[in-house]
Amino acid sequence: MPEDHHIIPVWFFVGVILLIYGVLILVTGIQELSSPPPTVLSRLHPALWWGALLVIIGAIYVYLFRPSKS
Amino acid sequence: MNSLMFPIGLWLFASPDPAGLGQKLISLNPVDYAIIAIYFAMVLGIGFYLKRFAKSGEGFFLAGREITAWVAGLSFISANLGALELMGWAAASYQYGILAAHWYWIGAIPAIVFLGLVMMPFYYISKTHSVPGYLQLRYGESARGLAAVMFTLMTLLMAGIDMYAMALVMKLVLGWDMNFSIWVSAMTVAVYVALGGLFSAIFNEVLQFFLIWLGALLIPILGLMETGGWSGLVARIHQNFPGGDYTHMWRSMGSFADNPMGIHWTGIVFGLGWVISTGYWTTDFLVVQRIIAAKDIRAAKLAPIIGSYFKMAVPFIVILPGLLALAVLPFHLVPANQVGPGQHGYNEVLPLMLARYCGPGLLGLGITALIAGFMSGMAGNVSAFATVWTYDVYRPFIRKAAADAHYVKMGRWCIIVGVLISIGAAYFAMQFRSIMDWVQALFSIFIAPLFGTVLLGMLWKRVTPAAGFWGLLAGTVSSMTMFTLVKVNHNMLAYIALSSNAKDMAENMYRALWSWLICVIVTAAVTAFTKPKPIEELTGLVYGCTELPSEGHLPLWKRPVFWGIVSLVLFVVLQIIFW
Repeated sequence: MPEDHHIIPVWFFVGVILLIYGVLILVTGIQELSSPPPTVLSRLHPALWWGALLVIIGAIYVYLFRPSKS
Repeated sequence: MNSLMFPIGLWLFASPDPAGLGQKLISLNPVDYAIIAIYFAMVLGIGFYLKRFAKSGEGFFLAGREITAWVAGLSFISANLGALELMGWAAASYQYGILAAHWYWIGAIPAIVFLGLVMMPFYYISKTHSVPGYLQLRYGESARGLAAVMFTLMTLLMAGIDMYAMALVMKLVLGWDMNFSIWVSAMTVAVYVALGGLFSAIFNEVLQFFLIWLGALLIPILGLMETGGWSGLVARIHQNFPGGDYTHMWRSMGSFADNPMGIHWTGIVFGLGWVISTGYWTTDFLVVQRIIAAKDIRAAKLAPIIGSYFKMAVPFIVILPGLLALAVLPFHLVPANQVGPGQHGYNEVLPLMLARYCGPGLLGLGITALIAGFMSGMAGNVSAFATVWTYDVYRPFIRKAAADAHYVKMGRWCIIVGVLISIGAAYFAMQFRSIMDWVQALFSIFIAPLFGTVLLGMLWKRVTPAAGFWGLLAGTVSSMTMFTLVKVNHNMLAYIALSSNAKDMAENMYRALWSWLICVIVTAAVTAFTKPKPIEELTGLVYGCTELPSEGHLPLWKRPVFWGIVSLVLFVVLQIIFW
């Protein structure tokens, strides 16, 4: 995105939404440790590690493309 | 037109009557609703934020022509990656197996690379704002007028049909009221695109790209874990469907009758791979607009090539879930018009697989991915409509010399009016469902000859303005005639699609091929008898009259041509692997 217009890069918005979603899904995954949902392979706790993955990706994007940097 | 490549009409026409839907496939939890609500808040917030950058015509209609190659490339692919297409091709892969991947590989990759390396330089150097705009520069007002009017009309109708399809899917999957789905999604799109123009549309398409991948990727990952990898998947399919060949792409293409799609390899290679696919990817302004907005010519060439790699990977989240469903579902899905109590149709395969593996939270993410796909497709349609209407119809034919601010205002009103017309089209489609087949056929009817006209215009300097117009008209009329003939007399199929065993998809392939050939032949014939434009007027528009910037000074890994060739090599390797 153009620097001269000082537009916040689209990657920052991507990071924000992934971070929020990651936190929500990660918290859900932690709650499901005691009572897994009735889905196939729920013993693998997909919400837990997928939520963690989203948090990591989101945090990296937010940090790298935060508005103050530009 | 994100759904141009997929026959929506055929798909939805075969779906159960919404009024008769008794039960929903998926139940959402509070966390899922929170995820959906956050998505809506985010897209509206982005629209309000970007309003300040979309005040000039260049800013509003072309995102200031300052988009980087990666953003343009992801947006280019996202504009095509609609939710309906995801669900439709997942269903098709359950029905036809990996044959459905032809629409992602030979039906996309060569065309996208061709766009990047051959056609994009002319779109970019000519500084056109649209595909009809290029026709005006190359052939004059009549060719531009024909293309612009057809495009605006069809874009809005298709947007309405997409909207209706979305509402029907939400009804089927979640039990949502159709009016609620139509109005909430349409108004959200109207607000954020009217505020931020193409900037908004592109930002949200990039957002959608991530949501679709991260929302859908768990299905193939968990599915392959369940089956024990690809070999386990193939073994289970053979066990569940003995005798069926679901995992080879070319072996059964020798005859119309040997494969369930009723397609011969010539139809796939020449009809899909050359005419329909190249026509769609290189002349449908919905996708081309994203690339025209690139910041420089190298970014414009590189953007579609970057997109080609992601397009090549899409079967992983679309085709593979369909194949996994063949392997793991404990019941067989049936054609939608044969669904009985307790049964599920092919169209439900993606939501069924989503519900199989995804619990609360992940389910919300998957549903958000589908909603984002629908909304960004609609946003793409209305932003392309606003540009073509304002620059190719309103400015040349209605009000020629107004201030830039006036055209921006017109563009914003176009978004609102365009969305309202689309809502009207959605309700019209609800009443007359067969209209979908017709509208979609008309759009695809127009794309094939348009590709002939643009391609000849770019590569052959002798082609005359009159030939461009008459070739386009002849191709379009002949395609409409062939479509009508088959509708009126089904026996004509044997002549148009070369076999009475040909199915609808095969008919589309051959009709596109013939209409493209007719366009090319008429263009060449009229060229022989009419006067060409002087060479100096073709500078920047035609190969041989345009100095293309050299990339010789760039290292190999920075050259678009290098990455284009790598993309084609990967494409060939995939064909060999799944031969």
